[in-house]
Amino acid sequence: MSVTVRLPTIMRSHAGGQSEVKAEGATIGEVVNDLVRQFPGTATHLKAPDGGVHKFVNVYLNDEDVRYLQKLDTPVKEGDQVSILPAVAGG
Amino acid sequence: MPIYDSVLDLIGNTPMVDASALSPNPRVRITAKLEGQNPGGSIKDRAGKYMIEEAEKDGSLKPGQVILESSSGNTGIALAMIARMRGYRFKVVLPENVSIERRQLLEVWGAEIIDSPGSEGSNGAMERAKVLAADHPDWWFPFQYGNPANVKAHYEGTGPEIWRDCPEVTHFIAGLGTAGTLMGVGQFLKDQNRAVKVIAIEPPVGEMVDGLKNIDAGFVPPNFVDNDGEHLLDGRMIVRPRESIEWTRRLTEVGIFAGIASGAVMAGAVKLIGEGRVPDGGVVVTVMSDGGWKYLSTGAWTGPIDEVVARAERIIYF
Repeated sequence: MSVTVRLPTIMRSHAGGQSEVKAEGATIGEVVNDLVRQFPGTATHLKAPDGGVHKFVNVYLNDEDVRYLQKLDTPVKEGDQVSILPAVAGG
Repeated sequence: MPIYDSVLDLIGNTPMVDASALSPNPRVRITAKLEGQNPGGSIKDRAGKYMIEEAEKDGSLKPGQVILESSSGNTGIALAMIARMRGYRFKVVLPENVSIERRQLLEVWGAEIIDSPGSEGSNGAMERAKVLAADHPDWWFPFQYGNPANVKAHYEGTGPEIWRDCPEVTHFIAGLGTAGTLMGVGQFLKDQNRAVKVIAIEPPVGEMVDGLKNIDAGFVPPNFVDNDGEHLLDGRMIVRPRESIEWTRRLTEVGIFAGIASGAVMAGAVKLIGEGRVPDGGVVVTVMSDGGWKYLSTGAWTGPIDEVVARAERIIYF
């Protein structure tokens, strides 16, 4: 499955300045692993020491936070859009 | 109607109106709670009042003391208004890229504005406020992101008002900023009816803020963590600037002149209903966190949509 991954500004320098890249996988976890394989510099921004996603990073599948879907096991479909965003407050 | 002792007595008890004309499913109702009706113009009046009153009660805020807070605008405006009435000096750390009206309103209430770089967004303003607060232990720093009185304002105010006016509620949708509204109202509604679904809406700020140098500068509000937000919420959705503007415009069809964050919330509600994720008979309560007045300069209602969207991507509207 090939999906589009939208990167936040903070990660773009690790992906040749691109704001969107392609990644492969059947689940969000596989997509994240493929992203890190292609662009190893993104690992420090994405991965927590326990192998999960960093607590200050939110991963969205078609604009829905995967923490409220099936987390890293959330299945993806061909053409889906994954967005990675750092946690930012408002108010 | 009674003659109120103070404008502060007008905070809360905001009206709810039916906005079902915007629902893509005629069997699902939408209601909108109009927080722009608060005297300071936004839902943040509630948190501002609760935080100040609780601090006066417990003695952490003393007469004549300086109040310092970081804000993207609305909390600052609320605190500035109350501070002016109660005789406190108020300083606010404000990102440079908020709408001009937010800045003007802070000036109306006599706030002393400390600018922070727009590229750092709200997170940067908060970090700067923390440093200032540490340097000035004699100032009172409410820290809206981790102040239990913020959540309490909604558990004791907004939540019970919604339950009183609309006990049929099945879904509650609001913007995620400090997490105060979502945690307070969400918990209250679930305490009344476990089946109520609570959904958070947020803009894709992280794609726009380029001053975030390290992911550890990311920030999850203590209000969210302390109230176990991950379990309390049933979903969390991004709404992008284009849809936010489009729905800010559509809101006028039902007579609602609200801010861009409210457009985002309505866009989220309509998406959820349109995807069939609210069963027939459902009632979706949305929060319109402020009125449209503070965004007129963005041309949100009248400008060419591409230009307005590009402008919205450069300002903080949550």
